[in-house]
Amino acid sequence: MQQALSGMNSRLSSIGGSVVGAGDARTRAQLDRSITRPRVGEVSLSAFAFLFSELVQYSQKHVKGIQDLEKRLNLVGYRVGQRLLELLVFRDRGSKRDVKLLNALLFINTNVWKALFGKPADSLEKSSEHDDEYMISDNDLVVNRYISIPKEMAQLNTGAFVAGIVEAMLDGSGFPARVTAHTVPVAGFPFRTTILIKFDAKVMEREKRLADK
Amino acid sequence: MILGVWIINKAGGLVFQRDFTTGSNAEPALAKLSTNDYLVLAGTFHGVHAITSRISPMAGSTGIEVLETDTFTATCHQTPTGIKIVLFTDPNQANTEALVRHVYNLYADYVMKNPFYTPEMPVRCELFDVHLFKLVQTVNPAATQA
Repeated sequence: MQQALSGMNSRLSSIGGSVVGAGDARTRAQLDRSITRPRVGEVSLSAFAFLFSELVQYSQKHVKGIQDLEKRLNLVGYRVGQRLLELLVFRDRGSKRDVKLLNALLFINTNVWKALFGKPADSLEKSSEHDDEYMISDNDLVVNRYISIPKEMAQLNTGAFVAGIVEAMLDGSGFPARVTAHTVPVAGFPFRTTILIKFDAKVMEREKRLADK
Repeated sequence: MILGVWIINKAGGLVFQRDFTTGSNAEPALAKLSTNDYLVLAGTFHGVHAITSRISPMAGSTGIEVLETDTFTATCHQTPTGIKIVLFTDPNQANTEALVRHVYNLYADYVMKNPFYTPEMPVRCELFDVHLFKLVQTVNPAATQA
């Protein structure tokens, strides 16, 4: 009996061993990949679209109202942004942080967008009404590509997830801001998404001080 | 020429119905029916489809694929999950199987990947409408949404 049991144990452990071994090989393959020069186009858009769809559905179960939902998506994006900032600053900027506001925005507009969506954003503008507001717009935001917002939720834009990413990157670079996503249709692009960035007052003060020097 | 599209869910309920006309009176168009009549016809089609697939002498029949009449052709594509997409065209339209598959493609993209769509429920997805209409316009350029 004892022998039979121990025999089984060894068989079990050998199975366990092979499983762990496979995991090890996979992890090693991941680590062997170059951090600085990633292969592009690795994620299936369909797979991402389904995952994001589930993320929205899951979030919806835990919120009351549209604002709550956007906040939740923003928060998930924030966690992505924190990690992405680390990686992209290392990859594209040689670990040097942008200290000028405009450069930090350009970095998001081009580098971040390229890393996430394979192309730069369609426009980066400064608000004509408020000095502390900037807008990054995308005519066809990838996360929204397959999403139709129902009429009763017209205020919602699931780009809040991307807004969260942008917010984390600005926060992490020392430019705290409030970032939100809005649907702003323009001729030819009825589903254009604008990421609205409103910087903290202290950021604007500092920019002004630096400009005066 | 594409005259209309239906989507029938697993249970035989009509979840999507659109007519496409060409705008000019000389061109044919599907008869306009009441919402209730559409539901009844879709249910009937579902039943007939079940008969054709279950009574077949050979196992594994896919059921009705094409229904031809003098004035229009209905091409049906059943997805692996039992959703039926029915495409109504005029009898001379070529390549209807490819077209109905294209509609299925759009359904998979703009309906199933939409977090605000509940499976088996009526399809109300703006992007699906937009892209379906674009597809229809490639076949009949003068199309209008009825």
